[in-house]
Amino acid sequence: MTTLTIAFTLNGVPTSVAIDPADRLLDTLRYTLALTGTKEGCGEGECGACTVYLDGLPVNSCLVPTYQVRGRRVETVEALDPRALAPFERAGATQCGACTPGVVMTAMWVRAHRELLTTHTIRELMAGNLCRCTGYDGIVDSIQTVLGERV
Amino acid sequence: MQRREGLAKLTGRERYVDDLPLENFLWGMTVRSPAPRGRIAAVRFAEEVDWSQFVVVDHRDIPGPNVVALIEQDQPVLASGYVRHMQEPVLLVAHPSRDEARRAARAITVVVEPEPPVLDFRVPPRPDQIQYGPDNVFKRLKIEKGDVERALREAPVVVEGVYETGAQEHVYLETQGMIAWLEDDVLVVKGSMQCPYYVLTALKHALGRDESRVRVIQTPTGGGFGGKEEYPSTIALHAALLALKAGRPVKLIYDRPEDMAATTKRHPSQVRHRTGLTADGRLLAQDIEVLLDGGAYGTLSPVVLSRGLIHAAGPYACENVRIRGCAMFTNAVPFGAFRGFGAPQTLFACERHMDVIARTLGLDPVELRRRNLIRDGQSTATGQVIRDGTDRVAVLERALALSGYREKQRAHAAFNAAERAKRRGTGLATFYHGAGFTGGGEVGLSSRLQVAGRADGRVEVLSANIEMGQGTLTVFTQIAADRLGLATDDVVIGEADTARVPNSGPTVASRTTMVVGRLIERAADDLRHRLGLDEGARGAVVKQAIARWHQEHPGQRLLGEAVYERPPGISWDEERYQGDAYGAFAWAAYVAEVEVDLRTYVTRVIDFVAVQEVGKVVNETLARGQIQGGVVQGIGWALMEECKFKDGSMINNQLTNYLIPTADDVPPIRVAFLETPYPHGAQGAKGLGELPIDGPAPAIVNAVAAATGADPRVIPLTPERLMELVQGQAGVGAPVNAKCGVRNAE
Repeated sequence: MTTLTIAFTLNGVPTSVAIDPADRLLDTLRYTLALTGTKEGCGEGECGACTVYLDGLPVNSCLVPTYQVRGRRVETVEALDPRALAPFERAGATQCGACTPGVVMTAMWVRAHRELLTTHTIRELMAGNLCRCTGYDGIVDSIQTVLGERV
Repeated sequence: MQRREGLAKLTGRERYVDDLPLENFLWGMTVRSPAPRGRIAAVRFAEEVDWSQFVVVDHRDIPGPNVVALIEQDQPVLASGYVRHMQEPVLLVAHPSRDEARRAARAITVVVEPEPPVLDFRVPPRPDQIQYGPDNVFKRLKIEKGDVERALREAPVVVEGVYETGAQEHVYLETQGMIAWLEDDVLVVKGSMQCPYYVLTALKHALGRDESRVRVIQTPTGGGFGGKEEYPSTIALHAALLALKAGRPVKLIYDRPEDMAATTKRHPSQVRHRTGLTADGRLLAQDIEVLLDGGAYGTLSPVVLSRGLIHAAGPYACENVRIRGCAMFTNAVPFGAFRGFGAPQTLFACERHMDVIARTLGLDPVELRRRNLIRDGQSTATGQVIRDGTDRVAVLERALALSGYREKQRAHAAFNAAERAKRRGTGLATFYHGAGFTGGGEVGLSSRLQVAGRADGRVEVLSANIEMGQGTLTVFTQIAADRLGLATDDVVIGEADTARVPNSGPTVASRTTMVVGRLIERAADDLRHRLGLDEGARGAVVKQAIARWHQEHPGQRLLGEAVYERPPGISWDEERYQGDAYGAFAWAAYVAEVEVDLRTYVTRVIDFVAVQEVGKVVNETLARGQIQGGVVQGIGWALMEECKFKDGSMINNQLTNYLIPTADDVPPIRVAFLETPYPHGAQGAKGLGELPIDGPAPAIVNAVAAATGADPRVIPLTPERLMELVQGQAGVGAPVNAKCGVRNAE
């Protein structure tokens, strides 16, 4: 099996890693770099549990070949400021926690791009992150809180 | 109190089984049956693979009996010579590379000489399909009260109906997985599970090891919903067999397609009702027959059937009730525990049937329920006299008021008259859910729990009950802290490790807060007693006494203990299926408002109100979250979650084509609690975890019936099913009288 080494910026830190060309970014993060905060839920881009930012955009890391991130910026849940997550704790946005890292990655991206809310609802923007525990109210309520526009 | 492990989960620091660091380990994979039934004629290993690089396990490697110990000892750990369902585990392989292990599993061919399978549980089996007992019936149960036949003969009105529900996949977001290794002579198995002691029992049995040589530790569990009640025993055995043969740690994690195809689901059901009533809608007789598809092994089907039957007559008073049911063997992948455990199926039938009755008699569905809801002093089908002080009509009235039920009905009549392509309607379900094990189950479990006083003055709750998202760690902390007057930081919840914690029973059946929480209170009282403190001692007094005890007893353990005791006045007759089926029922009334698009036949739930009486809410955020999550699972089961089967195996085993609700598919779920404390539950609490899955499906389907005039009786009510129903009836798209009763259902 061919191994190659690629370099990219991971959570602000220049990183190089030896990979198989077929490796998924999700596996490289979890098994090679021990960043296990990013979760696998479905392996086919449906559930959003593996959401990371690639050059600032949320992507499903299970669908990204690691080879494609060479020279680019990747940020994972480990890079989020825990203090910003308090509203999620209070409103019951997490139960089992398996979808949660992906949910907060998307949620914090929505917070940083609130102009999207002129054309989309929070529920539409969160529809790429499946949660089986909360029924979504805890998640939507906390996003409204972090947006400072609670109704 | 906020969720104890909340921040760890939000920041991704919580470590699930696949996140744990593990050195020098192998990945395990499972080779499965390609056929629903038949003799294994051969197992072929592809020649191009160097098999010396792999660890391979089959049934001959099992040291003890080849059985996954559960109710019936019928399910093999690995098939030996014969398969009874698709996906049945036959061999295991392991390799340091996950990809290599996966490729190797595919390079093994199990050749099966096919025999005729039985795939439809509703059809009596042919002789050549009989595979269990004389008639493929796993379990047959009957509940009888009064004289149903006479009451039906004499009833002025009899309404019949047949209702069906489909399988449902749990879709816990963390797939199933286990790791296993040897520590000296002790086999350690760690993983995602609801019942560490079930796993321990299964390992001891099939591996022929005693308790001193097996240890099971639960890892933070990413959702269970019953799916991690019995199945983890199988995966634990597989990981253990590979680890024992390899002499190295083995990690066995299912990916999503394997998890969906191979593990259990909610039992499909068919329920027949024959109901005798007075012309003004008083119940005179309920004759109910329940059929469940059990799949190819017994799993928990007998007790799922039992709970289903006990709930089948609904929360109504009726003097003549007969409920008969069978769990059927089929060659489907076995069905198993799923939140609600039989009750959602029979309550769907019961509550949809109530609306069918209302339409047949030209009665208001609300009035029909109001007339029949059980009053204190009246009894259920098993003869359990309800005397808990709950006003069940008040629960219903609260739901009607909160939802604006009457106003919505008027608005819908106007909307439906004006709109060409859309129809709106409201639907109602009143229901109940018994918490804890059924009948004598809790006595049989005889759960034991300890509260330890530690040398640092803190207390530690030692129990086998686990956190899977529902909030055990938080609620247990609260209950212990409240009982002893301690700060929540002074309470530690011990890891569910069978080497350290007593068997406080499985984390199932809505029993954790009510039953096990009560054991915490009693063990805390016992701790206080052992310290020589009086009953009122709290806070600093307790902490100081613990510290002092340790100074006087260096190196010793200070343990308060409690063992389950049946609450006074409760009795159950297992032979006659009569008596107090549950210590307590939670009661609920749910209202759904739907909008149906007559061009696409898509049904959207646009408002949902869930009102329930649960004894006491111990933690408001967690309790509300349980209800909201359960309702949304129920919306999925009612409208979109459809398991498609071929040869008894799920073929849409991906989240691409098995759809669960997204945030955009559901409205905010409006929740209200009523509280009538239950004296034998922790802080007065009754179980509530399963309750919310019982009500949504009938409420939603009743709403669709009200909106469209159609008479749906099968779920999931997908757009395809609804289209066939609506197009098959007269007056398509005609405005529907919001009061119902415009068309006779029968």
